[in-house]
Amino acid sequence: MFRNQYDTDVTTWSPAGRLHQVEYAMEGVKQGSAAVGLKCKTHVVLASVNKASSELSSYQKKLFKIDENIGVAMAGIIADGRVLCKFMRSECIYHQFVFEAPLPVSRLVVQVADKAQVCTQRSWKRPYGVGLLVAGLDEAGPHLYYNCPSGNYYEYYAFAIGSRSQAAKTYLERRFETFKDCSRDELIRHALLAVKESLQDEELKSTNCGIAVVGADEDFHILDGETLQSFIDTLEDNKAEAKEAAPEDPASTSGGGEAGPSAGAAEEPPAEATPMDM
Amino acid sequence: MEHAIEAFKREESLGARHSGAAAASDGKIHIERTQYPYVTGSSVLGIKYKDGILLAADMAASYGSTKRYKSFQRLKPVGKHAVIGASGEMSDFQQISTMLDELTLRDQMWDDSNTLGPHEIHSYLNRIMYQRRNKFDPLWNNIILGGVKNGKKYLGVVSMIGVHFEDDHVATGFGQHLARPELRKQWRADMTLEEGVRLLEKCLLVLYYRDRSSINKYQIAKVTEEGVTISSPFAIETNWDLEAFQNPTKNAEGSW
Repeated sequence: MFRNQYDTDVTTWSPAGRLHQVEYAMEGVKQGSAAVGLKCKTHVVLASVNKASSELSSYQKKLFKIDENIGVAMAGIIADGRVLCKFMRSECIYHQFVFEAPLPVSRLVVQVADKAQVCTQRSWKRPYGVGLLVAGLDEAGPHLYYNCPSGNYYEYYAFAIGSRSQAAKTYLERRFETFKDCSRDELIRHALLAVKESLQDEELKSTNCGIAVVGADEDFHILDGETLQSFIDTLEDNKAEAKEAAPEDPASTSGGGEAGPSAGAAEEPPAEATPMDM
Repeated sequence: MEHAIEAFKREESLGARHSGAAAASDGKIHIERTQYPYVTGSSVLGIKYKDGILLAADMAASYGSTKRYKSFQRLKPVGKHAVIGASGEMSDFQQISTMLDELTLRDQMWDDSNTLGPHEIHSYLNRIMYQRRNKFDPLWNNIILGGVKNGKKYLGVVSMIGVHFEDDHVATGFGQHLARPELRKQWRADMTLEEGVRLLEKCLLVLYYRDRSSINKYQIAKVTEEGVTISSPFAIETNWDLEAFQNPTKNAEGSW
C-alpha cells in the first residue's frame, strides 16, 4: 500500500473510488496472529495461533464464547475485538431475554457488520482493526462467517485470517469439499493441521494454539489443554503411520494426490503434506 | 385494595405520561393509564389436538352490558406458525396485534431461513404485558397463543399482569370456570380434528348458556404445520328445553 493524500480521513474518497483508511484497517487484521475456521454438516471448529509477546508473558486470548450457540476467533487489534465481543454478547442475551430463544448467528453477524459500517462513515471514528471469524448455529444448521473491518460479512465453508494465513488457506482450499462429511474429531484435526501451516519455526503444542467447537448437540466451548494435547498427539501418530505405510511421493505429484485424500474413508488425511512454498 | 388504588390516584409524583398521571392546566390530576376496560371480549378457548392447535372464540365485543359489536374477530394469525386470541379490552388487543404484525414483518425482512416460532412470540408478548404492568398501565387482556413449528405444538397463555404458562388446554375469562372442567374431563392428546372441534363446541355451548356476554356466533382457528386457517362465523344449535332451564327461579323466589 502506498501513502497518498487521500488516506488521512476515513470519510475521504480517493479519486480511484477507494476508502484507504478502511483498506489500511484490513491490513491491520493481517498483522495479527492467525485464526482458522471450518465447518462440517454438524459442527463448526475455530482454531487460533496463540502468540506470546515475550517469553515472560502469557499469550493473548483470541477465542471467545458469545453464547451457547455462538463463538468467535479474532485476528488484529484484540482490544477492538473484545469490545465487539461485549456488543455481541449483549445482543445475544437481549434476544434470549425477550424471546427465550438463541439469537441466530446469521442475524448477529449482520448486526456486527452494521456496527462496523458506522465507523467507516463518521469523521470522528476509525474502523475496527479486527477481523472476526464467527462460528455459530441457526435454524439452517452450522455457519462460519467472517466479519471484516469494512463492515462486510462473508459466509465460508472454511477460512483463515491473520499473518501467514495464506498457508492455512491453501491447506483448506485443497480439502474443503471433504469437510462437510467429516466427523467432529476429524474436523478438529483438520483445524490443527491448518493452524500448523501458519506457525513459523515452531512445533504445534497445546500452549501455542487453541481450539473451540460448537455443534447442534454441543454448546460452544474452548477445548482444555489436556484434550487439545491429546488431539495434537494423534496428529503425530498419524504422521508416523503415514511415513511407514506409504513411500514418499515425488514432490510434484503430491499436490495432486492430496486432492481427494479422505474421500469416503473414515480416517484422517495423510498428515505428511508437501512442504509449502512460503 | 381500594385503599391502595385511591392513594395511587392521589399520587402526584407520577409526573410522566407513562406513569399515568399528569397535572393539567386546570390544576387537577388527570390519570392517563388504563383503569378499567370499556369494550370487552369474553372467553377464548384453546386445545392441542393430534395435528396441531385449535382456538375458539365468539365474535362479540361488549360495551358494558350491551352487545355492541357482533362481528368482532378476536382470533388473529401471527406470522406463519401461530394464532392469537384475546379477551378483555379490545382496543388493547388491536394495539397488540399491530405490535405483533410489526414483529413478524421485521422477522420476514431478515429474509433468511430463520423464523420466530410460537414460543418466541409468546415470550415477546409476555415481556410486553409484564412491562406495562410494571408501569401500572396494563394492556387489559388475557391472551392465548397457539402454534406449531417443526412438528412441535405450543399452547400458552399470558395475562394482563404478565402471568404466563403453557398447557394442553387453556381458556380465558369465564371459560376458565365453565370450559376447563369439561376440557379436563374430555381432552386427549390424540384427538382428531372432528373430535377437537366437537369438544370446543360443547364448551362454547355451555358458555353461551351461562355467560351473558357471549353470543351464538363463533370462529374456530386451526394451526398445523401447514399454516393457520380461521373459519368463517358459525352458530351452534341450542336447546332451551333442558330441565335445568325450567322454572329458573325455583330456588330463588322473587328473582327473574
